[in-house]
Amino acid sequence: MNNILENYSKNYSEQIKKRRFWNIFIVLGLFVAILISSSIIDLNMTRITSGIPRLGDYIAKILPNLDTNLLFANSQIEGSVPYWYFNFKKYIVLLYETFNMAVLSTLFGFVFALLLSFFSARNITPNVLSFFFVKRFLEFLRGVPEIIFAILFVWALGVGPLAGIIAMTIHTTGALGKLFSEVHENAELKSCEAIRSAGGGWVPEMRYGVLPQVLPNIISYALLRFEINIRASTVIGFVGAGGIGQELYLVINFNYYEEVSAIILLIILTVITIDITSGALRQRIIKGTHD
Amino acid sequence: MGSLQLNSLIKQFGKNTDGRIAVNGISLEVTQGEMVGIIGKSGAGKSTLLRMINRLVEPTSGSISFDGTDVTSLKGKALKKWRSECAMIFQQFHLIDRLDVLTNVLTGTLGRRYNILNLLKIFPKEEKINALKALHKLDLLGKALQRVETLSGGEQQRVAIARALMQKPKILLADEPISSLDPKNSKIVMDDIKKINNEEGITVICNLHSLEVAKQYSKRLIGLSEGKIVFDGPPENLTQELSQELYDLENE
Repeated sequence: MNNILENYSKNYSEQIKKRRFWNIFIVLGLFVAILISSSIIDLNMTRITSGIPRLGDYIAKILPNLDTNLLFANSQIEGSVPYWYFNFKKYIVLLYETFNMAVLSTLFGFVFALLLSFFSARNITPNVLSFFFVKRFLEFLRGVPEIIFAILFVWALGVGPLAGIIAMTIHTTGALGKLFSEVHENAELKSCEAIRSAGGGWVPEMRYGVLPQVLPNIISYALLRFEINIRASTVIGFVGAGGIGQELYLVINFNYYEEVSAIILLIILTVITIDITSGALRQRIIKGTHD
Repeated sequence: MGSLQLNSLIKQFGKNTDGRIAVNGISLEVTQGEMVGIIGKSGAGKSTLLRMINRLVEPTSGSISFDGTDVTSLKGKALKKWRSECAMIFQQFHLIDRLDVLTNVLTGTLGRRYNILNLLKIFPKEEKINALKALHKLDLLGKALQRVETLSGGEQQRVAIARALMQKPKILLADEPISSLDPKNSKIVMDDIKKINNEEGITVICNLHSLEVAKQYSKRLIGLSEGKIVFDGPPENLTQELSQELYDLENE
């Protein structure tokens, strides 16, 4: 007995030693990697210390000059909030456009991704060939950044939200398709077997055996994607794909400093509101209080 | 009429040399309306045998025929039709937990309709009425609109039986139907299976791990050991020695 214990503790301390060696090795390796990469990207302290204040300069420039006595005066008076947000109506219309871009692209992407995901899940795919090709196809769709697709479609279809919607739909299809097929791969296939044993084909198996149990997870992922798309749709406007981003790009380029802060503040508020709402909704769906 | 014949059925899992032979040359005949109990320890090949009859598992060699039709060669629509004619119930019920009882029962009819209707969850009115009748027969009408996951194990297995009835089957294959149930529910479920056998003349082939239950419910028992038939006859003919072997091994 003593012998066994002794052996065991010896083995144990040997393992610890081995692990410690590897840990040190990995940390040193990471350190060297950081040194090499920082020399490549020309990272040095003087550049950072001289650069940081300039960041403050820009922020100071875009902040509005608000006069506390005149905050709620009309839009003709400098220093008031209405003066700062003289373009409020336009922003709201553009924000609404951005919101719609996110909604539509999430919706379309959701439908395409759901259809394709049944082919790209290893455990339920109807055949190996479709599994391979659909999986590669989805990889391509999400591998190309949406901004690249947006540039392509702006060039092809002209400036406007349509290009942005198509670009985001493509990326959403790829991203959700992967997540959905992973959800399917964790599905319990007992009811599929029962449906097959009753003479039901692949389509009823998917519809009744798989879909009901994966639905809560799938909707939760779709909502998460919607949150991501709201943020993406603001940035994608920079290349002319519509929405508030297009306006933001414009005011940045024309150095309409106060408008930059006005728009950014609106975007942040919108994103936070939607994140909170959709986050709460997702929690409810996961907990199963809703179907 | 309605006779099911198995001819030297073999099922081997895995490659030739190191493969495990689950069913090793089984031949038997079951006539329409019989209630057959299959007994044997776990791993004896009971479940594989049943799944082969339904074609959930493909036999390595041998053949199955029903009324002179070779079942083993069926494909596509004909295979689906055969599957719906020999309904199956499972040890763990294999229901769709998140859907209501009625829809679960209606899934027994999925093979009969266009997929576009199936996708949209559209069931004909007469099928719905039939499903409600089946639930009534199993004393579950009151639960028709409840989610399956809210039901007890015994109730779930009876929902599975109702689903099987919707297939208008000629054969009912029951794979350890009472293994995950308590004694009281086991009796209800077995009584229901027996009732279906008696009243509708549906052939029942039932895998059971309990010899007692098997003796009680079927006039013909088939004992399996290592994929081979070691007994086939009425329960009275089962010798003490043989039942000891089949039964004791199960208790290991």
